[in-house]
Amino acid sequence: MSTSILQDNKEKFAELQRIIDEYKDKEGPLMLILHKAQELFGCLPVEVQEYIAESLDIPLTDIYGVATFYSQFTLQPKGKYTIGVCMGTACYVKGAQAVLDELSKEIGIKPGETSEDFVFTLEATRCLGACGLAPVIMINDDVYGRLVPSDIKGIVDKYRGR
Amino acid sequence: MEFYRSHVLICGGTGCHSSGSGEVMETFKSELAKHNLENEIKLVQTGCFGLCAVGPVVIVYPEGAFYSRVKDEDVSRIVTEHLLKGRIVTDLLYHDSVHEDEAIKSLNEVEFYKKQMRLALRNCGVIDPEKIEEYIAFDGYKALGKVLLEMTPEETINLIKASGLRGRGGAGFPAGLKWEFTAKAQGDKKYVCCNADEGDPGAFMDRSILEGDPHSVLEAMTIAGYAVGADQGYIYVRAEYPIAVKRLTIAIAQAREAGLLGRNIFGTDFSFDIELRLGAGAFVCGEETALMASIEGMRGEPRPRPPFPAVKGVFGKPTLLNNVETYANIPPILLNGPEWFQSIGTEKSKGTKVFALGGKINNTGLVEVPMGTTLREIIYEIGGGIPDNKEFKAAQTGGPSGGCIPAQHLDTPIDYDSLTQIGSMMGSGGLIVMDNENCMVDIARFFLDFTVDESCGKCPPCRIGTKRMLEILERITQGKGEEGDIEKLQELGRSIKSSALCGLGQTAPNPVLSTIQYFREEYEAHIRDKRCPAGVCQALLQIIIQAELCKGCGLCIKACPVDAISGERRSPHVIDQSKCIKCGACLEKCPFKAIVKG
Repeated sequence: MSTSILQDNKEKFAELQRIIDEYKDKEGPLMLILHKAQELFGCLPVEVQEYIAESLDIPLTDIYGVATFYSQFTLQPKGKYTIGVCMGTACYVKGAQAVLDELSKEIGIKPGETSEDFVFTLEATRCLGACGLAPVIMINDDVYGRLVPSDIKGIVDKYRGR
Repeated sequence: MEFYRSHVLICGGTGCHSSGSGEVMETFKSELAKHNLENEIKLVQTGCFGLCAVGPVVIVYPEGAFYSRVKDEDVSRIVTEHLLKGRIVTDLLYHDSVHEDEAIKSLNEVEFYKKQMRLALRNCGVIDPEKIEEYIAFDGYKALGKVLLEMTPEETINLIKASGLRGRGGAGFPAGLKWEFTAKAQGDKKYVCCNADEGDPGAFMDRSILEGDPHSVLEAMTIAGYAVGADQGYIYVRAEYPIAVKRLTIAIAQAREAGLLGRNIFGTDFSFDIELRLGAGAFVCGEETALMASIEGMRGEPRPRPPFPAVKGVFGKPTLLNNVETYANIPPILLNGPEWFQSIGTEKSKGTKVFALGGKINNTGLVEVPMGTTLREIIYEIGGGIPDNKEFKAAQTGGPSGGCIPAQHLDTPIDYDSLTQIGSMMGSGGLIVMDNENCMVDIARFFLDFTVDESCGKCPPCRIGTKRMLEILERITQGKGEEGDIEKLQELGRSIKSSALCGLGQTAPNPVLSTIQYFREEYEAHIRDKRCPAGVCQALLQIIIQAELCKGCGLCIKACPVDAISGERRSPHVIDQSKCIKCGACLEKCPFKAIVKG
């Protein structure tokens, strides 16, 4: 294991160990721990996976398998603001694609990418269940509904340079 | 107990929350404090009222005044006029809740609620989901008490069997039979699980029940635990539903505190506890065997059945798995008896079903109707029809597993079997309405794109087959369709249906097959004429200026970002199709509606 990330994040790894100790005796604890680890580190870099593998005594391949299976786990760090454009059916039939295209144009990144300054990550997400407000986007925990492409610039500007 | 002269119910469901009900709640709090009304007026944050289209929704009792789209700045008027002076602020009321003589209609007179029958949603929008006392005041945990103190596990199972309740998750398997199989299975340890991994895009009834009435699910799971002989329950809930997770966490803590979960419930020998497990964004985990693998902390890949979960489920032990809405039906069935439940619905589908209305419909939101209600009643009476009086084209039910129902079947009474017969399925109850501006080939492509992305990759028919179907559909929507494509899609679809490992793959071709069945001419227009009749598929679009309507004002020339439009002033303009990027900017600018997509 590379020692540098361990030393640079000593406190975080101590917290991770505390989380592992709390959950390891539960039945099937791996996803519970991965959720918490991602909250802690912002993503699941391979060093974190290795640490969990050693602590739980399960193969790294199993952990990598789980971390890459689920779309909410990410191995790469994300931007300060994650913009999720709901691509559920209700939003799609009400023009979510045009909203996504506009966001892509406005920020200059494709869906799934993070801007170079790590301010924005743009994602096409699954149904957020706010179908009554379609089309909907979420920026971190803020929800914006009933959107048309011309709303996008104003919304994005609110988060720029915050 | 304190007495309040008025109750202000504020919807705290996801829809209203997203449109700002949190701020409205805070403003109410401070306005009430300003006028010293805190001891006279009770503020309650409830679950979903169902009519998400007009959120945030606020209802004031005893009058039953239904305020809709309440903004922060409206609150002080409601407080000073209505709550202080007793004068209802009529102009803020939901338009359909006022009679012509300005008298207020009761909720069940409002068109949206008139034909509804709220069983699974009975407490949503009525009680504060974060207070166990309010659930108990509405007969909560009474069914659990009755079962534990007066009934044997066999009697409980027989009663559920007799009610005819079928699983609300999609497949419609008789719930009582599932309970019986699990009860009869041999095992030293058994589990009761709840499938709250509501992944169908456009379906949000399970979320509303979890957010609006979480105790009903806990109570039903505990009853199920007693009936099948389990002492541990798991609720597998989507991580995309933070409010539901929060309310469930509170509810579980309160139930433990009250002795309704944990050891020796109601002073009996029966012990049962429930734990939450969060998904992490994988649609396939809604499939029962994949869900159980995910609870175990592994990749959510399905496995062949048998053995069924009732025999070998979570951690290899017999497991009962039902969906949220199924559980929500259990307490009223036990309290009112199976005959009562049998009296609602159709011959083979008893009770009610919750639908999430979305898409091109005026009253988007959640509705619960008796089985056998027709699509027309749901869309035109409850749903208030299609915006701008546009023409109905199709209703999509069952999400990525279902199909599109055309206008000719609007009068089909909806139940499990009738929907299957017309090539769709109930699914979890998402109902998306589409009008003439939605392209059916594009919708089929949209769903296949979803399935390809969500296929776990374990079995080849799903992994490779759906990908090939998607490639054909993409070709068609890009104007590169060939003769024979339709037949290829049908053949592939049929073989995937019969050979895929799990429900996801077996139903994945449905959106394609049903749109071919009912809208074949639209596929043919794409393939033969390279034309998209709905004007959706960008590659096939042409934006044309109708010469006879064009006044030559030049606005479109200015609007065009790529200088594709030319023409003299006061004479008809033309678009150079080789330059046009089909952005539609000219279309929005034209004051004479002379520019059309086609």
